[in-house]
Amino acid sequence: MEPKIGVYICHCGSNIAGIVDCSKVTEFARSLPNVAVARDYKYMCSDPGQNLIKEDIKKLGLNRVVVASCSPRMHEPTFRRACQDAGLNQYLFEMANIREQCSWVHLDKDMATEKAKALVSAAVHRVALHEPLETKEVAMNPCTLVIGGGVAGIQAALEIADSGHKVYLLEKEPSIGGHMAMFDKTFPTLDCAACILTPKMTSVGQNRNIELLAYSELVELSGYIGNFKAKIRKKARYINAVKCTGCGRCSELCPTSLPNEFDCGLGQRKAIYISSPYAVPNKAIIDAKNCRHIKGLADGKDICRLCQKGIEKKGMPGCEADAIDFNQKDEIIEIEIGNIIVATGFQQFDPAKIYQLGYGRLNNVVTGLEFERLTNASGPTGGKVLLKDGSEPKSIAILHCIGSRDTNYHKYCSRVCCMYSLKFAHLLREKLPEASVYQLYIDMRCAGSGYEEFYERLQEEGVNFIRGKAGEVTDLTETPEEKGKLMVMVEDTLVRRKRRLPVDMVILSCALEPRPDTEQLARILTLSRKADGFFLEKHPKLDPVATTTDGVYVVGCCQSPKDIPDTVAQASAAAARVLALISMGKVEIEAAIAFIDEEKCSGCKICLDLCPYKAISFDEAKKVSRVNEALCKGCGTCVAACPSGAIKGRHFTTEEIMAEIEGVLA
Amino acid sequence: MTHYPYYPGCGLSPEGFGRAFDWSIKGVNKVLGLDFKEIPDWNCCGTVPYDTLHEEASFAICARNLALAEKMGGDLVAPCSSCYVFLSRTNQYLAQYSKVKKSVDEALAAGGLEYHGKVKVRKVLDVYVHDVGFDAIASKVKKNLAGLKVACYYGCQEVRPIFGRDHPENPKYMDKLVKALGADAVNFPFKSACCGGSLIISEEDASLELIKKLLDSAVSNGAEVMVTGCPLCQLNVDAYQSMVNRKYKTDYHLPVLFFTQLMGVAFGLDEKELGLKTSIVPAKKALAKFI
Repeated sequence: MEPKIGVYICHCGSNIAGIVDCSKVTEFARSLPNVAVARDYKYMCSDPGQNLIKEDIKKLGLNRVVVASCSPRMHEPTFRRACQDAGLNQYLFEMANIREQCSWVHLDKDMATEKAKALVSAAVHRVALHEPLETKEVAMNPCTLVIGGGVAGIQAALEIADSGHKVYLLEKEPSIGGHMAMFDKTFPTLDCAACILTPKMTSVGQNRNIELLAYSELVELSGYIGNFKAKIRKKARYINAVKCTGCGRCSELCPTSLPNEFDCGLGQRKAIYISSPYAVPNKAIIDAKNCRHIKGLADGKDICRLCQKGIEKKGMPGCEADAIDFNQKDEIIEIEIGNIIVATGFQQFDPAKIYQLGYGRLNNVVTGLEFERLTNASGPTGGKVLLKDGSEPKSIAILHCIGSRDTNYHKYCSRVCCMYSLKFAHLLREKLPEASVYQLYIDMRCAGSGYEEFYERLQEEGVNFIRGKAGEVTDLTETPEEKGKLMVMVEDTLVRRKRRLPVDMVILSCALEPRPDTEQLARILTLSRKADGFFLEKHPKLDPVATTTDGVYVVGCCQSPKDIPDTVAQASAAAARVLALISMGKVEIEAAIAFIDEEKCSGCKICLDLCPYKAISFDEAKKVSRVNEALCKGCGTCVAACPSGAIKGRHFTTEEIMAEIEGVLA
Repeated sequence: MTHYPYYPGCGLSPEGFGRAFDWSIKGVNKVLGLDFKEIPDWNCCGTVPYDTLHEEASFAICARNLALAEKMGGDLVAPCSSCYVFLSRTNQYLAQYSKVKKSVDEALAAGGLEYHGKVKVRKVLDVYVHDVGFDAIASKVKKNLAGLKVACYYGCQEVRPIFGRDHPENPKYMDKLVKALGADAVNFPFKSACCGGSLIISEEDASLELIKKLLDSAVSNGAEVMVTGCPLCQLNVDAYQSMVNRKYKTDYHLPVLFFTQLMGVAFGLDEKELGLKTSIVPAKKALAKFI
């Protein structure tokens, strides 16, 4: 059948028409081979715009369509659907990008118009060779994997599980809860973090639809949306989790004391321990690196085992549940899931990198997270804010933007620090009403529901606000009154003077940064990352939780720094997206994939190792390669590599691409 | 023997206030087997004042030194921190800004010179640390300086993040060098703070305050001697110590030496060769055990 092409040039308001002379491009399109009709319109993606296409297909009997407008990323599906509605196979459509690749990047109107013509010509030449293709559907596995058991992962897992679908919740640490479980109060409402989080943590532990994989890591992922296969390493706890009752007796018996991670190293734990007072699962774990018995085993010695045996003399029996298993090994399990929600969170910036702030060198310079533990009733001081020597501080400086908004470290604003710094100030005013509290800030960023009001409240509570970024913290004092104090150097930019603040305690409000394993996880899940290292979402405004890998979603602080309300909202959004797919029950597979001509295939197997998606297998009986249509992403690597020219990339055939090039040059 | 074009600058010339730096470098080089060859007919680096008056010309005069060094081959060694920064900055501007390069090329051509940007500008400490190494230096020690407590003062120029190779806020090379000699490098948080530089002339009060802080920090951490690699730092902390004492009613007698002088002592070189007596606060008491 002779091609009969309709060409539609979009003005995109003034986005394209401001630079490109759309009527000239339309005029030019009419002169191209096989073009039956060419029109320009203000907004092709609008209903009237789409109707233009539909009516032309019906009335003029078009069998090919070209739209010259924006990037295909957003509106290719729109126009493909319009073609389909009018009875035309969606693959008989082609898009020319004259916005991102033309009008937005050029200033010279004449040259831009010429370029737009070339791009339209390319599309017209190409579309003439397009073939109709049929998409296929595959079943959607209703199970979901949530990676990360912080508040984001917990929220997403509960929402999906509550609708009756199975969720695997993967957590690297021995307990879920993440950073939020370490916090004292939450801004601006000052609810206790544990009070609002622990009920959710417990629900996770009790929910029959959630399989909690604590102390486990994702090792490998294969498959595609609807049909992923994940390999997970369940790290050895050296505890039989079924038998362990979480009574905690083993910890009392253990002779090895170590810094407690949950208290940022400010408190102590044993080598066999339960990670926090509200751990879920509430099971013990052995720190194999520091356990005397396990270290002894490596040298062939059988020592200690007090947790198992007990101390008879003191009348303290060992583990009565017989839950301790020193021979436990890491275990690899395989699960099948349809969708994945990534909620791996953040890590706190290490302020020791900024030498002049004294962290790690000077006593009583603490990070925000350390302060959370100091002021937390379950923390090492029982909620009393104390200096290293056990006394109460009389003056405290809170330094904003440590590692954030700093070209040497992170350029971005971490968004939550202003607010948690205000929260710290409030807690300090409450607990130590006699103490002076200073906030050293660059700008106060209090955007959020009730946030500005909280800032105003703190001003009335008598907190000293100094606009200026602290340059240095030193113990070098000048006068007898300053002796023993920490001196904070700051330029007060409101009064335009340098100030030296003598204080007892310095709190560094550190940046939120990507976790060190972000890159590794990105590789396993084939996710992209932004310049700042966080995971890249599909679209910053219109698709903020999806990613470029279908079926994989990113939520919470692993996508960018954000507060608890935003994190929870994103987690719920991703859960809703997953539930929508589960209720559909099936997913459409792209038809633009590789196809092997068995007649031409010589069976050299070159394509097998090259395929990044493991989509090609070898048929030993026929001695030819085979493409798994569900796994193939249509990347074209095998097409280019095949020495016999036996592999064709559907929708990207050599002829189509050559025609496109000729079109540009015509 | 490795050769380096050597740019003493005014501070290390025979009449300069940092001449002991020059003497001790030469002494130490003999032990380490390095050859610093003075660039023939070198000229002033321009330092702070010229740059603020006539930027283009200041690049041209620095480029002349670079061009002369390029003819000799090898990395240029500039012991003075000010020379080091202005020569490095010229190098950077010539590489980055074609407009600067064009006018500088014209100026050089008028003097029959040309510069192709091949010269690397380095500090003495950098050469000792990277080209010789701590182990080789330790192997030359004849008198172990065990027990001597040293404050290593880097100053602000040597560690500029664009050119320097050490951490700009917490540099460690000199500390490690001093340890290789057997001495203790004391904790000295002000190691890269400013001595006031040439502001001692126009803003005496401000500079004295800065110098006092350096002395406070070094002495309170137990230092018996301060070493530096910058002639201006040495001059300020040494020569103005008595003024600090008068103004702030303190009683500091902290000898301020060039780190090469301390190396010379450890290598067993002659006291005169090292110019230990050119400084104002006497070092004799602190070094009595070793000389």
